[in-house]
Amino acid sequence: MFEILGLLGQGFLVVFEPQNLLLIVGGCTLGLFIGAMPGLGSVNGVAILLPLTFLVPPTGAIIFLAAIYYGAMYGGAISSIMLGIPGASTAVATTFDGRPLAKQGMADKALIGAAVASFVGGSISVVLFTFFAPPLAHVALVFGAPEEFALMMLAFATFVGLGGDDIFKTLFSICIGLVLSAVGFDIISGEPRLVLWDITGFLHGVNFLVLAIGIYGIGEMLWTVEEHALGGGKSMLSEATVSVARTLAALRELVKTWKATVMGSFLGYFVGILPAAGATPGSLMAYGIAKQISKEPEKFGEGAIEGVCAPEAANNAASTGSMLPMLTLGIPGSPTTAILLGGMVIWGLEPGPRLFVDHSEFVWGLIASLYAANLFTLLINIAFIPVFIKVLKTPFTILAPVIFILCLIGGYAPTQDMHDVWLMIVFGIVGYLMRKLDYPLAPAVLAIVLGPLAEPAMRQSLIISEGSFMIFFERVYAGPIMIAALILLFLPLFKKVYDRIRKPQPQAE
Amino acid sequence: MYQSQHTLRKVVCALGVSAILAGMPILGHAWEPQKPVEFVVMAGKGGGADKAVRLLQSIIASENMAPVPFTPVNKPGGSGAEALVHLNGKKGDNHTIMFTLNSFYTTPLRQPGLGVDITTFTPIARMAEDTFLLWVHSDRKDINDVADFVRAARNKGSKWIMAGTGKNSEDNLLTDFLNTAYDLNMKYVPYKGGGKVAKELAGKNADSTVNNPSEQLGFYEAGTTKALAAFTDDRLPLFPKAPTFKEMGYDMVYYMQRTVVGAPGMSDEAAAYYNDLFTKVFNSPKWQEYRTKKSLQGDLLTGDALMSYWKRERDVHEVMLKKMGAIK
Repeated sequence: MFEILGLLGQGFLVVFEPQNLLLIVGGCTLGLFIGAMPGLGSVNGVAILLPLTFLVPPTGAIIFLAAIYYGAMYGGAISSIMLGIPGASTAVATTFDGRPLAKQGMADKALIGAAVASFVGGSISVVLFTFFAPPLAHVALVFGAPEEFALMMLAFATFVGLGGDDIFKTLFSICIGLVLSAVGFDIISGEPRLVLWDITGFLHGVNFLVLAIGIYGIGEMLWTVEEHALGGGKSMLSEATVSVARTLAALRELVKTWKATVMGSFLGYFVGILPAAGATPGSLMAYGIAKQISKEPEKFGEGAIEGVCAPEAANNAASTGSMLPMLTLGIPGSPTTAILLGGMVIWGLEPGPRLFVDHSEFVWGLIASLYAANLFTLLINIAFIPVFIKVLKTPFTILAPVIFILCLIGGYAPTQDMHDVWLMIVFGIVGYLMRKLDYPLAPAVLAIVLGPLAEPAMRQSLIISEGSFMIFFERVYAGPIMIAALILLFLPLFKKVYDRIRKPQPQAE
Repeated sequence: MYQSQHTLRKVVCALGVSAILAGMPILGHAWEPQKPVEFVVMAGKGGGADKAVRLLQSIIASENMAPVPFTPVNKPGGSGAEALVHLNGKKGDNHTIMFTLNSFYTTPLRQPGLGVDITTFTPIARMAEDTFLLWVHSDRKDINDVADFVRAARNKGSKWIMAGTGKNSEDNLLTDFLNTAYDLNMKYVPYKGGGKVAKELAGKNADSTVNNPSEQLGFYEAGTTKALAAFTDDRLPLFPKAPTFKEMGYDMVYYMQRTVVGAPGMSDEAAAYYNDLFTKVFNSPKWQEYRTKKSLQGDLLTGDALMSYWKRERDVHEVMLKKMGAIK
């Protein structure tokens, strides 16, 4: 314990070197904007800025990139809330309730909620990181394919209630998402599949962001245009204001959300440390669970502040968590840490179990920088909220084309392929029509995120077990998770049956 | 005639439209790229190939070797199919190059429908060949050499799990090799990426792997995993105790190329430029250090020598894929 504190203290000495402090503040600010730009996101931001870091020593470089990663996690929420376009895949869950809040003229409340929840999530996770890295690294190590699939089932289960009342429409939406997630390359058989009409663009699959920006960004725009045309007119711009009094009131209200925020923090951190999962499933699961534990679940999707806090706490916690397998196992916990890993190779550092011993200054400097980055990002973010609110006051006729262009850039940036831009526009139109027909869209988004993680995990497990599904129940970690998932999955059904038995329906005739 | 053309060129330059002519070779001047070079990676972000490309990019940038930046673009789709089709469509382009692996041979062989003929691509430079070793967990005190390994694997039959990177991949080829040579029945489970495979072994979710050294290095240095034998011609300096299968009498030598390839129909001047550039990169201390650290083999190959290497390797892979039943 004291040894850890001593090492952490040394880390802080590294952080408080003026150059490193400057790198943290610069990185956080840059990250905030990278995260807020749809499609840019932390992955691309870090990849683009990687070559810049050859100018400073490795510790400074990782601190800078980690600060960008961190800032981007906050920044992703900004465009989710303000424009309804998820700035990054990790911020999709934030649009579910952040956007409705902004439409109701409470963008400031949502932004403050996101900032504070991110801070809490970040703080809890970095403390966990500091004190429990080795045992958690062990958990990440023994987590095999069956455990991964059980976790994915749990994620699906938390989302059962999300689709609204029409269970068939929800299932339809999930199926669309799963089919889209299967497009591209099948890792198990090694063959391309569902390469629709032999268009080569489908070889890299359907990018999750293309779907998310399509149905939320473009779809939302079409929706708003229609409201405008019909004379409603108040949607994109609402009487958004910001003042000290409102900020304080918003902060007071946040006390109510502590349960959702703390739950999101722990969940996000845990999901984050698992290799290959990353912050996106973590934030989606946190949203689902926040709804399940809420006293007013019907408010979710209509502008519940918990629906903003839980995923925001989770994605920040996960971003810290995903550094753990990167540093200790050399396995990226998220796409962004994969790039950071590439950076470490360039700097001549070998990630893996020896890193904590051989390069303790590097590791503890990074950990200490996360504490600092967390604080700076909160301050920078709150300072910028009035600026963001100003943007909302832009007339719709100006804002709409800007958003449209941002969507196009967002669709193009990740793969740099025009194919994805066309696909995104198609998804936008289809998403708009589905929404008109009252099909829930969130389950489709969830399915396209979790599908590519769940499917190989299930098939790998079944290859290992020679086709027996018992493998998901027999193992130490997989068993309890799978049982929890099944309970969660069937709970609504049992509830309905129970209610029916308790108070029989009045006879219709 | 030449004189008048020269004067004309001067005039045009003065008019400030030199950019139009810039792509043409000017007598006496070597070709140089005029705009950022697209450096396609045949794999996803964070994988072994991606890390190598980012290192190459950093060497070119930090040593000021080129007047323009090299921008990595990842095209991981379809086991390299997406990248191959992309490059194939850039005929005559002098500003697109790609970093490639052995899926360069296997993907076009397995998917003739792509219309990719690798012999039309421009050979630039083979920067290294990666090696493969047979790995088990260090806790397996009963396994210290290949004979122990064979005994243990045979006892467990199809319950012995070999983790690898995807079906019909290099790892799969080597697993098939071992199964046939030693009369084993190991079960091959495909995972996404070599890092994940290494982790499955360290976490004991797999019994053995045939990882590249770079993928297992972290666990190996921490004493979590150990190498039993190498699929190389000679013993590797980093793993002197691991014998080669060749010295044990089995014809199992297999390497993974790490090569830079240009678009088909690239101009000779541009090809010569990239040849020179990557020769310089190859000889830079940073790349040499990386090669030593990651136990990379294979000399620099450029131009025609590289092309004949490709043709030979493609034929070898065709035979292997036929044996596996992956192609007819």
